[in-house]
This record gives sequence, structure tokens and C-alpha cells, in this order.
Amino acid sequence: MIRIENVTKRFGRVPAVDGVSLDVPVGESLALWGSNGAGKTTLLRCVLGLLPYQGHIRIGEHDARADGKAARMLLGYVPQELGFYDDLRAGEALRFFARLKGLRLARSEVHAALANVGLDGHHAKRIRELSGGMKQRLALAIALVGDPPVLILDEVTASLDACGRGEFVAMLARLRGQGRTMLFASHRLDEVTALATRVVMLERGKAIADLPPADMTRRLGAGSELHLLLDAAVRAQAVALLRERGFEARLNGRGILVPVPESQKAGPFRVLAEARITIADFDLVPADGGHTHSEGTP
Amino acid sequence: MTTLTLTTSPILTRPVPGALANIAAVAGRELRDALRSRWFILYTLAFTALGLGVSYVSAASSGGAGLSNFGRTTAGLINLVLLVVPLMALSAGASSVASDRERGMLAYLLAQPVSRLEVLLGKYVGLAGALLACLTLGLGLCTAILAWKGQDTGVAAVLTLAGLAFTLALGMLSVGMLVSVLARRASVAVGTVIFIWLVFVFVSDLALMAGTIALRLPIDQLFLLSLLNPLQVFKMWSLHAGDASLDVLGPAGLYAMEEYGPRLHLIFAACLSAWIVLPLTLAAAVFARRSPL
Repeated sequence: MIRIENVTKRFGRVPAVDGVSLDVPVGESLALWGSNGAGKTTLLRCVLGLLPYQGHIRIGEHDARADGKAARMLLGYVPQELGFYDDLRAGEALRFFARLKGLRLARSEVHAALANVGLDGHHAKRIRELSGGMKQRLALAIALVGDPPVLILDEVTASLDACGRGEFVAMLARLRGQGRTMLFASHRLDEVTALATRVVMLERGKAIADLPPADMTRRLGAGSELHLLLDAAVRAQAVALLRERGFEARLNGRGILVPVPESQKAGPFRVLAEARITIADFDLVPADGGHTHSEGTP
Repeated sequence: MTTLTLTTSPILTRPVPGALANIAAVAGRELRDALRSRWFILYTLAFTALGLGVSYVSAASSGGAGLSNFGRTTAGLINLVLLVVPLMALSAGASSVASDRERGMLAYLLAQPVSRLEVLLGKYVGLAGALLACLTLGLGLCTAILAWKGQDTGVAAVLTLAGLAFTLALGMLSVGMLVSVLARRASVAVGTVIFIWLVFVFVSDLALMAGTIALRLPIDQLFLLSLLNPLQVFKMWSLHAGDASLDVLGPAGLYAMEEYGPRLHLIFAACLSAWIVLPLTLAAAVFARRSPL
């Protein structure tokens, strides 16, 4: 369904994606895994035709570069955070993007499309009145207009709270169950294990491994992943401190992510407490993709 | 929802939307967005109020009791158009692409089955529609109020002025969109077009006068240089279309009348057309290569 052949994308002299090749067969859900700057989003943007690149990308039978419009007809895209026109109503947004796919939606179809993502009765709401989670649902509804066979998801839950994230992932899992092909970027273990049938690990733009989700957990050697919500001013300092102490911490949206072995789950708390860094909230996610079993404010 | 595979997806049997359909979709959304925006309402109200003010003052200062003789008032309205319409069109164009890029909306839009040229042209057509609506409302209200007061409104003069003002607006919109495509931030784009507006409105006239005196420019070169400023072209064309005489512009106007005569319409049309086509073509070329992020 998607074929990426030796794709390279450089920003100046720095390669953001470096000779990546991969195939995503029909019905497969492939996760691009890696820390910030690994090249996940850049690779997705190349697939979407947003960035020029070296190499070849095919979607279905279309070349993503030479036949971009036809290739993008097969894609539904949900970005990390939606920058919609704030004054547009949800129903209008849906209709507008449907027209770009050659569809004119009747009122009942708009209502059905919104209901499909749990936005029943919100068609007349302006975008600015929607919460972050509702905006993501709207983006998903737009992505699903015309039933495209492929969904491209770029860290779609990064801006959602724990509850919204769980609901959104459940919705995506339902879509995956319907045989849709998915290519998504994530650095959340729970998301990857819940949605992916295969994981490609990226590091500094290179694909370093291609394996099933269960093997990825073993490879990372992490029993759980700790999500710490920290004030923006101390995030970088916290990451640096944790790395000094042997934890593979990395920045993620409003906080940091720390893979932790089963026996060292309290370790990051100790490190940050010694440095007098306040943790606003935390979330511990098991690497096997199970539900969050611990969450709270220490 | 049904189970999907590559072979059962209904989208595979649907043709890719054509360029015209996509341009119309983007234009429609851009037009609706513009008509709901504060800038549109403010510019329309300001244009109408100033138009009425200019009409009243022009008529009163010429000895009438005010609000009389629309033909005479046209000259006042030309100066109003020269100030307001370029600013309106430049700022509308400047914020179009740059603000979408800033909000992340541009990348999202281009991730859909639509080409960059279709997006750019759609925005252009939509904003042009909004400007046309603004001019029609402004000049229309002005004319309607004058007619209601029982004055000679000179419909042909109003239509000519509206048509030429719209042509000028299209040219300035092209320039604004070129700036918008080049700028990283909407604030930079708007700041740049305000500078361009100042150059067109004030600086180029002063430079032309200074150049004429300092360099002793011959009259033919003076006329050719004045053709480089779209606002000057609009002014000359409006006056020429109004009473077929450019003597109010001084020696350069007289020279143009004698040298080019009836061909002046073509010359002015070509100049304003160039201001529409060239910046827009350049904007399309830059937009095709520039990252939407």
C-alpha cells in the first residue's frame, strides 16, 4: 500500500531522514518509533508531499511526488495538533475538506461522520469552542471522509490528557480492526502496542530496526514508561539530569518520557527531587500496552 | 462503517477532483472567511463613509450645497480609491498564506488532494471576490445615497471607477500574495506591504518629482517612469476614461495624450495587467518550492 524507497530528507547539511526504506502492506499498522528528532514526522511529511525528498514514495499505484493529488486521495491525515480556522463550524470544516476529495456531503452525512467519532450534536460549534480532544476527533472525522484506505497519524495523542488519549487510541484501534492501513508516528509505548502490528525504530533519521511491538519492548529493556508533566522551564534540565543518571529520558510535548525497568520505577522521582524539580503530574504506562495502572500527583 | 481493503475502498473509484473544483472550493471558503472578518466590515464601512464625505466636500467646495454632481465628485473618489483600495488589497493578500502557515493550517490543507497552485489561485479568487464585494458595497451605497438625495449619480462613471478600482485591487492583491508567500510570519508580511503601500502612495511620487528636477528628465521618460507605479496608472486611466483629457496631470499628461491618443487605454490596461499577472506568477513559482511549514 505504501512503499518508501531509500528516502532521504536533509535540512541544510543535516539529514533528518537518511536512506529509509520500508513497505506497508494493505491492512498493516506500522508505527514509526523514536525520540524527538528521530525523523518520524519528517518521514510522514515526505509521504504527504509536504516536503521535497530524495528517493521514491508510492502510495497504492501512485508516485507521491509526480502524482501527488491522486496519491493523497488515498490518505486520511491527522496531525499532532490541528490549526484549523477558528471561526469555522465543525460541520463546515467537514464539508470543506470533503469537497477537496470531490464529495458533497448532505446534512445527514455530516451528522453521521461526526457521530462516528463521538462528536454528535457538535456540527454547529465553532472550532475555537472545541477542546483539544474534540479537535482531534474532528481531524479524524475529516481524515475518514471518503473512506480512504490509509490513515497517516502524526503523534495524534501528544496534546491530549490521559483520558482523552485512551478514548482516542480506542477509536483508532477500532479503525485498525476494520482493515485500514495505518502509518503512524509515536513515542508512546502504550499507543504502539495497542495499535501497531509492526514497528520501525528510527534514530537520527535512520531505520535501525523493523520488528513486532512485543520485540520492541524487549529491545528497549524497559518494563514501563514514565510520563512526567513538568514546567516548561525545567524540562530540558530534567532530561539532562536523568540522562546523567542513566535514564533514556526525552522531551515530549508538555513533559518528558522516561522508559524505566520494573525495579527502578521510583528512580526518576528521586533524581528530580534531589534537584528540587517539581513534578506536576505523572502517568506510568506498562510496556505491554495495558491500561494505565498508576497516575497521580506525587 | 464497513471493513476496508485496498480493493474495496470507495475512494478508488472516485476521480481525483479537477483543478477548477478545488480552486472553487478554496475560493468559496476564503470568500466566506473574508466576508465574516473584521477587516472586511471595517474597510467597507470606512470606504463608504469616506466616499460620502469626499462626495459632500467636493460638491460643497465647488459652490454647490453639497452632495451634488457625481461627475465632479468622481475626481475626489479617485483619490480615495488610490489611498484605501491598495492598502485593503495588499493587507488581504499579505495575511492570506503567511497566517495559514503560521497556524499550521497550510500544511494541513496541502496534505489533502489539492495542488499548491490550486490553493494559491483559490485564495486569490476568494479574496478578489471579497474585495469586489467591498468595492461594490462601498461605491454602491455611496451612489444610492446620492441618488436618494436627488443628485445626478452618473451610473456609467461609477461603474467605470468601480471597474478600474477592482483592476487596481487585483494588482495589489497579487503583490500582497507574493509578499505573503515569501514571508515567514504574517506580521512581517503585513509590515512589508504597509511599506510597499507607502512607497506607491507617497515615496514614488516624491522620487519622481525629485528625479525630474535633479536629472532633468525629458517628458517621455517621466511618463514612462510614472507607468511603473500602478497607482499612477490607475489615476491616469480613471481620468482618461472620465473625460478623455489628461491635461490636469500637467505636461506629462498632455504629452501622453498627444503621443499615444486612443492607444492610452491599451497601455494602461497592459500596465495594470502586468501588475496582476507578474507578481501572481512569481508567487506561484515561489509557493511551489517553499515549505508550507
